[in-house]
Amino acid sequence: MSDSSIWLVIVLGGLGTYAIRAVFLVFAERVASVPPKLQVAFRMIPAAALAALVFPPLLRPEGALTVASAELGAGLLALVVAWRTRSIPITLAVGITAVLILDRLT
Amino acid sequence: MAPRDAFRRGAIDVFPVLLGVIPFGLLAGAIPAELGLGLEHAVGLATIVFAGAAQLAAIDLIGESAHVTVIVGTILVINLRMLMYGASIAPYLVDRPLSRRLGAAYILTDQAYALSVARYRGEPMDGRTRLAYYLGAAVPLWVNWQVVVVLGWFVGAAVPESLPIEFAIPLTFLVLLVPSVTDRATVLAALAGGVTAVVLDPLPANAGIPIGALTGIVVGTAVELQARESRTVDA
Repeated sequence: MSDSSIWLVIVLGGLGTYAIRAVFLVFAERVASVPPKLQVAFRMIPAAALAALVFPPLLRPEGALTVASAELGAGLLALVVAWRTRSIPITLAVGITAVLILDRLT
Repeated sequence: MAPRDAFRRGAIDVFPVLLGVIPFGLLAGAIPAELGLGLEHAVGLATIVFAGAAQLAAIDLIGESAHVTVIVGTILVINLRMLMYGASIAPYLVDRPLSRRLGAAYILTDQAYALSVARYRGEPMDGRTRLAYYLGAAVPLWVNWQVVVVLGWFVGAAVPESLPIEFAIPLTFLVLLVPSVTDRATVLAALAGGVTAVVLDPLPANAGIPIGALTGIVVGTAVELQARESRTVDA
């Protein structure tokens, strides 16, 4: 990716993110509250967005759909560790070690 | 509480949170280094976008040479949740000058939002004191993030190529995903988002990721609204 494309991503992503952060603070006097249906939608964002980022690298590590990959095995193990510990360092240590070992075996 | 004390109180309250975000910030610096991006790109993302999960997703997609609109779309979908934080904190800061509110918006994060609103609900304060408490929590988070991202870049640049450090990206998202899945609606939002992204993975430019995320949001919202409706009917 070219340097100018990367900066375009950073600037547009930053402007959009700032608008998201600022809109309700700017119009604080005029906007009373967020409609309840929209609040429900906002609550779904982390689960939906993070899963959309997590599933493809685990189920299609090389592009093709597979359930017999080192990535999926390591990912499932990491899921258990993440669930029990909620810790990024521990999950990373277990997950990356597991993918290295499973990669050797397969 | 005087504004000065409120600022200090916020800084004390945020301290354990600062330690907690260190590993995440190190990754947001190390992964771009590992993918061959410059320190200026890592710092640009950290200062201009300043949102951990979105930074990591953007870095991942830049590494895969996704289309600019797809990367920006993914950043914005992930960050949409902050609309909620702005809306929720705005009534507490409504009497502050616009310039202060515009400044406060730039450093709005999950953690600063959560600490501040919890404090505002438990303790009566005037607007100035509330803003001071918010800044006490939000400013150290910003400074900490920048420092840790720069440190992470140097760590990442030193990590040997043979270590599959890119795999740290989905693993980190996994750690963030687990606590966000709390009930039937969020489980279905995650499954719909994840499965759609996998099915649409062959689409060019990684368009499957933002489309998958939006699909998951729609499915989870529909499930939740349906459940609420049937509860109302039952009652």
